[in-house]
Amino acid sequence: MKIDQPKYKTSDAVDFVIVGSGAAGGILAKELSTNGFSVVVLEQGPYLHEKDFSHDEIKVLQEDQLTNHPKLQPNTFRKTPQDKAKPQRALVYGRAVGGTSNHFTANFWRFHEIDFKERSKIGQVAGSTLTDWPISYADLEPYYTKVEWEVGVSGLAGASPFDPPRSKPYPMPPLPVKSNGVIFERAARKLGWNPFPAPMAILSQPRAGRSACINCGFCLAFGCEVGAKSSSLASMIPLAERSGKCEIRPNSYVHKIEIDQRGRATGAVYFDEKKNVHLQRAKAVILSANGAETPRLLLLSASGKFPDGLANSSGYVGKNLMFNTGAVSVGVFEEQTNDYKGYAVSRILHDFYELDAQKVGFYGGGGLDARFDLTPIGFGIGGLPPGTPRWGKDFKAALAHNWTRTFEIFGHGTSLPVENNSFSVDPDVKDAWGLPALRLTYKDHADDLKLAHWLAARSMELLDAANAKQKWTFPIDEQQFGVHLLGTCRMGEDPKSSVINPDHQTHDVKNLFLCDGSSLVTSGRGQPTMTIMALAFRASDRIMALAKRGELGA
Amino acid sequence: MITELDRRKFLTHGIAALGATWTAAHWPAVVAAAEHAHHIALFPEDQKWEFFTPAEAKEIEALASCIIPSDGTPGAREAGVVYFIDRALVTFAIDDQKKYREGLPEIREQLHELFPGSTSFSAATPEQQEAVLASIDEAGAKNVPHRPRGNFNRPNSAAQPLFEVLRVHTIAGFLIDPEADRKGNRGGVGWALIGREPGHSFQPPFSAVDRDYPGWHPAPSVTAARKDADQK
Repeated sequence: MKIDQPKYKTSDAVDFVIVGSGAAGGILAKELSTNGFSVVVLEQGPYLHEKDFSHDEIKVLQEDQLTNHPKLQPNTFRKTPQDKAKPQRALVYGRAVGGTSNHFTANFWRFHEIDFKERSKIGQVAGSTLTDWPISYADLEPYYTKVEWEVGVSGLAGASPFDPPRSKPYPMPPLPVKSNGVIFERAARKLGWNPFPAPMAILSQPRAGRSACINCGFCLAFGCEVGAKSSSLASMIPLAERSGKCEIRPNSYVHKIEIDQRGRATGAVYFDEKKNVHLQRAKAVILSANGAETPRLLLLSASGKFPDGLANSSGYVGKNLMFNTGAVSVGVFEEQTNDYKGYAVSRILHDFYELDAQKVGFYGGGGLDARFDLTPIGFGIGGLPPGTPRWGKDFKAALAHNWTRTFEIFGHGTSLPVENNSFSVDPDVKDAWGLPALRLTYKDHADDLKLAHWLAARSMELLDAANAKQKWTFPIDEQQFGVHLLGTCRMGEDPKSSVINPDHQTHDVKNLFLCDGSSLVTSGRGQPTMTIMALAFRASDRIMALAKRGELGA
Repeated sequence: MITELDRRKFLTHGIAALGATWTAAHWPAVVAAAEHAHHIALFPEDQKWEFFTPAEAKEIEALASCIIPSDGTPGAREAGVVYFIDRALVTFAIDDQKKYREGLPEIREQLHELFPGSTSFSAATPEQQEAVLASIDEAGAKNVPHRPRGNFNRPNSAAQPLFEVLRVHTIAGFLIDPEADRKGNRGGVGWALIGREPGHSFQPPFSAVDRDYPGWHPAPSVTAARKDADQK
């Protein structure tokens, strides 16, 4: 269906300019535009459609069809602020209309009550800025439900004894079980654990003009060719466009937020595809550019009035970055499971969501899932057991035998917020537009690494219980690379220790809002997109309430 | 029995033209046809290479064939890996041109050092070829696989010897989606070898394991699990 979007002039102040069209930006665009506000969405990447997606691993993984490109947008990395950062790819995020939601795995766990108030429960953790959220699970619950019903999540309510309360069941049953899910479920039950059908942002039934999953097996890193994966692109952007009030403007790379003398945002400055510079005027500005680019944009918008970066009176812009802890163990089985067919994850467990720090000796918690998210080339390069010959007939024989008999147990867990862990701008390295590159500073909190080893040990127990013929854990190294980009403009009541208030309004600029992974106060146990989307629905309500009360007043 | 018509069909269109069921039923014949196709059809005189010289192409094909040999089932040779790499070096792997151009003579030097009097890698005996590869596979002895980062595997090829880059490119050329316009995995032989059925849409049951799954039922007791978790 052809949709005629409005074309707004850059000189006309629209009600909202939204930077980014991903998990949060897509929802904000849909909510604001369908409620009558004029919206321009500036997306740095191209506008790709289902027909543009493919299973070409080279195009997607080497040529970065859907993601930030390391040549155009180099990164640097250092472990501590005392080190000199070196060029190194430090992150991957979606760079196309739909953002990272185009290529996510689609695990959609809600955060639990504990995630919002963990600091109060466990007290201070040395070396961490762990703090409570200013909102509770109960505040967010209606919006989690909204994500499930409006964006589209398949699952089974009440299946996990550890699940937080919910106001409504899932709109669709779980996706069909995978063979690795069956093996995971049986083994976990043997151990007395509580496996359950994974909630996934993938349609198990046709819905809202979108197809159900066809089990092609290319989820992580790939765009969905049938619109079954509940990306912003498939679910929200079309509704925003149909409102007649929203213009999606791709290939628009925002590099500065314009501020007037009163300290109010007046619009977003961006490069178009030909590197011409424009200012899109707006009555209010919302940044949903992700947990790396949102803080970078604030830092790039430093001015005489805001010398340390826009909205950075707390000094917390870019800091307290959390990647989520992860550990991956692998099993090879006697029987064929053919887990390359289908979406990634069909069974998970949350028995370890909240570990007792006194007993285990560290803070943290997490969940396990059974998955096979390697695609053929990735598997050939790195999916065979340690010690397998790397070439020759035995290598070939292992490839032939293992592809249909391998799956992984992925442990996902908490990351503690650490002030030094951050995204900032590199003083030397520039991107293809001449702007300072993103610089990552990251060193895992010691408890995060202990948690990773602990989760890997549970995964190995499970693989034992499942009679895996071979099993191993990929090396657990300090993280120098992230895809979950969380906590870098955290939400809080206190302007001294947070960047946005519970309405997602920056403490310093009343008509500037931030909503994406940067808003999170804690990391949850992995799978942050569900919470980012719920926050976006809630932020939409809060922002519209402020607008209706005339409190944005550009 | 493979007929002459089938053989011709294969030679002109590859396995895809014959259909999965036919392919499964005639696999040994397909392999024989593939090997035959190689001998009669590979490197025609008018073959236009995009990057390699004909002599380089011959060497690369022999090297790739050591990595994934044709040992009764199709290998890198039948998958057309050399064509994939030739295309790669003018597209996504353009930065690796120098590595190939300078790395090949180094491999030949290694061959000469181990086997004085030998002329080229492709002309060496299989035993000699394997000995050369073993001597240049520096990482082989300490092979601990690292998980491709969330599938975003990008070997830092600038810092790696040709063998490492060639290994990755050979695997990629063998296992790339045959429908991608990359000249690799010809006829889907790579996917057929690993048991990846052709096509991009599947329905459960996915294997015998989930065929008889009775459906999900709640666990009998939660308390025991909580207790167990606390004791870890």
